Amino acid sequence: MSSALLEVSGLKTWLGRVDQPLRAVDGIGFTIQRGETFALLGESGCGKSMTALSLLGLNPLPVSRIVDGEVKLAGLDLLQLSEAEMQAIRGRRIAMIFQEPQSSLNPVLSVGEQISECLNLHFDLDAKASQQRVIELLESVGIPDPLQRIKEYPHQLSGGMKQRVMIAMALAGEPELLIADEPTTALDVTIQAQILELLKTIQRDTGMAILLISHDLAVVAQMADHVAVMYAGQIVETASRQQFFEQHQHPYTDKLFQALPSEQKRDQRLTVIKGSVPVLTQDFKACRFVERCDHAWDLCRTTPPLWTEDNDHGVRCHLFNQDADVERTMLPQTQYSSPLSEVLPAERNVLTVQNLKVHFPIRKGVLQRVVGQVRAVDGVSLSLKHAETVALVGESGCGKTTVGKGILQLVPVTDGDVEFHGHRLNGLPERALKQHRSSLQIVFQDPYSSMNPRMTISQIIEEGLSRKQFTKDSEAKEKRINELLERVGLRAEIKHRYPHEFSGGQRQRICIARALAAEPEIIICDEPTSALDVSVQAQILNLLREIQHEFGLSYLFITHNIAVVNYLAHRVAVMYLGRIVEQGSRDDVLHTPKHPYTQALLAAVPELDLNTTEEVTRLEGELPSPAKPPKGCHFHQRCPQAMPKCLESYPEHTQLSTSHEVRCFLYEESE
Amino acid sequence: MPFLPVLLWTDILIYLLLSVVVASVFYVRRRPHLIAPWKFVFQKKRGVISVMILLCYVAIGVMDSVHFRLALPSDEKSKTQHYSTEVLTVLDVLVMPLRQQLEKTYSSPFATRLFMREMQQSESGTVTFDYAKLKYAGAHLDNEQDKTADIQNTVIKSTISALFIWFVAVIVVMFWWAKKHEINWKQVVNKFRLGQSSYPVRTCFLMLLVLLVFFFNLIALSASYHVLGTDKVGQDVLYQALKSVRTGLVIGTLTTLVMLPFALFMGIAAGYFKGWIDDLIQYIYTTLNSIPGVLLIAAAVLMLQVYMNNNPDSFATIAERADMRLLFLCIILGLTSWTGLCRILRGETLKLRESDYVLAARALGAGGLTILHRHILPNLMHIVMIAIVLDFSGLVLAEAVLSYVGVGVDPSMSSWGNMINSARLEMARDPIVWWSLTAAFISMFTLVLAANLFADVVRDAFDPRMQASV
Ligand SMILES: Nc1ncnc2c1ncn2[C@@H]1O[C@H](COP(=O)(O)OP(=O)(O)OP(=O)(O)O)[C@@H](O)[C@H]1O
Ligand code: SF4
Ligand code: SF4
Ligand SMILES: [Mg+2]
Repeated sequence: MSSALLEVSGLKTWLGRVDQPLRAVDGIGFTIQRGETFALLGESGCGKSMTALSLLGLNPLPVSRIVDGEVKLAGLDLLQLSEAEMQAIRGRRIAMIFQEPQSSLNPVLSVGEQISECLNLHFDLDAKASQQRVIELLESVGIPDPLQRIKEYPHQLSGGMKQRVMIAMALAGEPELLIADEPTTALDVTIQAQILELLKTIQRDTGMAILLISHDLAVVAQMADHVAVMYAGQIVETASRQQFFEQHQHPYTDKLFQALPSEQKRDQRLTVIKGSVPVLTQDFKACRFVERCDHAWDLCRTTPPLWTEDNDHGVRCHLFNQDADVERTMLPQTQYSSPLSEVLPAERNVLTVQNLKVHFPIRKGVLQRVVGQVRAVDGVSLSLKHAETVALVGESGCGKTTVGKGILQLVPVTDGDVEFHGHRLNGLPERALKQHRSSLQIVFQDPYSSMNPRMTISQIIEEGLSRKQFTKDSEAKEKRINELLERVGLRAEIKHRYPHEFSGGQRQRICIARALAAEPEIIICDEPTSALDVSVQAQILNLLREIQHEFGLSYLFITHNIAVVNYLAHRVAVMYLGRIVEQGSRDDVLHTPKHPYTQALLAAVPELDLNTTEEVTRLEGELPSPAKPPKGCHFHQRCPQAMPKCLESYPEHTQLSTSHEVRCFLYEESE
Repeated sequence: MPFLPVLLWTDILIYLLLSVVVASVFYVRRRPHLIAPWKFVFQKKRGVISVMILLCYVAIGVMDSVHFRLALPSDEKSKTQHYSTEVLTVLDVLVMPLRQQLEKTYSSPFATRLFMREMQQSESGTVTFDYAKLKYAGAHLDNEQDKTADIQNTVIKSTISALFIWFVAVIVVMFWWAKKHEINWKQVVNKFRLGQSSYPVRTCFLMLLVLLVFFFNLIALSASYHVLGTDKVGQDVLYQALKSVRTGLVIGTLTTLVMLPFALFMGIAAGYFKGWIDDLIQYIYTTLNSIPGVLLIAAAVLMLQVYMNNNPDSFATIAERADMRLLFLCIILGLTSWTGLCRILRGETLKLRESDYVLAARALGAGGLTILHRHILPNLMHIVMIAIVLDFSGLVLAEAVLSYVGVGVDPSMSSWGNMINSARLEMARDPIVWWSLTAAFISMFTLVLAANLFADVVRDAFDPRMQASV
């Protein structure tokens, strides 16, 4: 009678050498009911994707092998099937979409061809019927003008469009189960909201089950009916959504929630999970979380906890095992939050940016003639006070990074002024610029590409130092490097190693140490945590706040993560297509957003709160190209409140209060 | 002094190259990220096999690069010591019999008589028209019928001694291994036998065995026979093939050495400075690329030839003259082939200069030169490495073609191209003289095959994209 669609039990996928396997997936079991959304939550490297691939028998060969387990799709054990039989299942009964829409579409086939290929694999349709079905599918995933689109190639589509096409391809086989591996991680919040909405609608219409793989608690909160948390190759907790968000039990789950930045935690350090994920090549004789758990006691160190399930809420922890030492569960849960007073910015401006413009010429033809301009930044004015954090938010491609690079003079500035302590930086020759260079530093988004792989950590940090007083004195130099590494929470011994030996979070610390080495006043943080897991993000955010206290640094914090902004920022500037559309104190902008774009952006952010059922207006469409900005207000094509005059000219600044200004005709003072 | 060392230009460059290689080995050993790809190369069976074959060639080539002139027997009166005009190498001395045992004309491999009949007078005075006995090959035989038995005998003997040497070598290595890792005998034997090492030790031993057997047999047989026959003037073809090795190696390596500075400098300059420098350099290499390379080479070589004919006094020996031409050929080949690498380096530099770590370095105030030599150059080295090994076999083949056409190395210099060139007439004879061509073919083919295998492995090891897919 059970309506279980997929039952997985004891699934083990191991990688690498036979005598010393890497247990990427080590005994996973869960059940997905028909028509429900089941979320698999976990940090990077815990085995989520490998699980998904193993279900379909797509795990990479020959490096990995499924050593044990059962995967039953409505009673049929998939692991026993031959490759040919599996092919009939893939795409038809179980379909999958991936994180990177970019690389999952074939660039030389048109959209229509790719979708009809999927159709022809599973159905016997003639050309006309197939074309008809392709159009239906494209319509169902919300692609406007499908008749036109089927002739287009992937490079002509934006990221969100590609993900929609991917979904259309997955839907082509009318699957019973859709596996979505981080389907929105590569997308903007506004696009993410559209895609999640789309998945929900499709599920409602077709009754398909979804296995959603994600690292984002908020996305899970929005989508899932059931949640499973994975840690180090095992599931440590499963629960229904309600239970999961209200009474999660496992210490790891608890930590994940605490590590999330939010407004309420502004005056405290974020909880971090100490240590790191254990090496998966060992034969575990203890709880896998024991090194990092605050509740661990002797039993945890000698016996791996068993799976206990009570009222559909399963957990793998001795604390909840009735037979174990019950007294332990009574211990009060110690709160590890240390207060952190807010830095109060001084009234002194360190950096003033006036009407900054950065245009990139578009060249074409043999003679490389300039045929147009990409107006990446088109008149941005900003100021940054001493010890202040200003957050710059906006969709991908709106020019945030370019603002940062323009301030640092790393790209040629077309027009405007960048003044640092009253000295105009743009237009200075490189030689004169040098004396200001070290005062303005940058920390990049991708910790993997921001360090030269051929240099040791000590050489990397030394780069920041060498232009200072340390040129001669190598002992003092060593001492300073050690100090810096310890300041960012790394051991000094690591300095002779190379970047590839470190994890993302550690690399980001090294980058911060490099920036600190130059003794800057301003650090431009270009999405420094967006490539990191929540628990690691918490460490980096803590570090950034501590050093702001200690050195009185000013941050220009570029991000698209509103929760981080809420936790960290003093002021917020919202950017849309090369211009700042709203700017003000954090409170003003995030609580009483005025610009329709800000409102939509905030509405698109998934909420952890389970009870937000109110219908919000979703932002339609995508960011226009900065090479051809629309006439009038750049936002008018997507704005729900657009008026006739919005099509004609760009609105001027409107000062709403001393700390809040906006560019929108809705607030223009009438004559 | 019993000999006068002669330093040819190519010798100097070869020594330079060798010292660079040795120095970089020491440099690389201390840097884990640089040594990792090399470990990968030696963990592959293909890598080990090709390296061992290449080492044999390099050994022959290096021995053939130590040039000197022997002292002439001095007469008592004059004080000055005179030296022979003939330039010899260590290799020549080692294979002296091969060099000196000239027959009269063609003889096929393992023959004891000439390939052609000729008039000869026996001791009794009768004149016969027959295949004459060779002067050296098989001279030790009492009866020509014993030849097969004699060859068999030699093969068996030298194979057994090769096996013995191999066995000793294996034991020594195992002993050293046991000492180093402090494990006992049994474990080492087991480890090697089962192939439980991260390096393909078994393949290495097997290859060593093959090489030992091959060389022992070759040496033993060539002592009393012309293993690959003799050519028109009766010279041993094996000797020619051995002498050609150096020419091939020189062309394959020095050419890259010559073009490397160009390609690196131009490629990096174009990619890093962009603007008009980039335009200029792109213009230069597109133009160069559209002129057929053979045309340039032919023109240059012919001009050099004219110069040499007009100034015969500038060269003390024929060898020096031939060497000059070889070097010149390397340079001109290098000049026509730097464009490909230059283009790749330009593209990569364009990418690197926008990378986050270069931006970070600029934000820290690093100047252009610092960025170039600390951030860009080291990250281009893997491309250079790949290009060098990929180009090598192409250049060896190019030499053969150019010499065949007559614009290659000096005709007096042994090279595979020259051997093929002379084989042109031999192939037209009836009965056909096939061994010169075969010898050139086999020795060149083995080298090129080994080099290609090696290039393959090196590319896998150094190319980050390949790594991801492995
Ligand atoms: N060097 C360049 N040459 C030409 N166009 C560029 C260049 N750098 C950026 N652009 C364009 O400028 C626009 C703004 O880019 P930018 O990187 O500043 O966006 P962003 O807001 O940082 O986006 P993301 O959130 O994805 O990092 C984009 O359309 C981009 O394609
Ligand atoms: S079993 Fe012990 S160590 Fe593991 S999570 Fe539970 S309390 Fe912590
Ligand atoms: S100016 Fe008009 S189009 Fe632009 S945001 Fe305001 S209302 Fe919308
Ligand atoms: Mg960016």
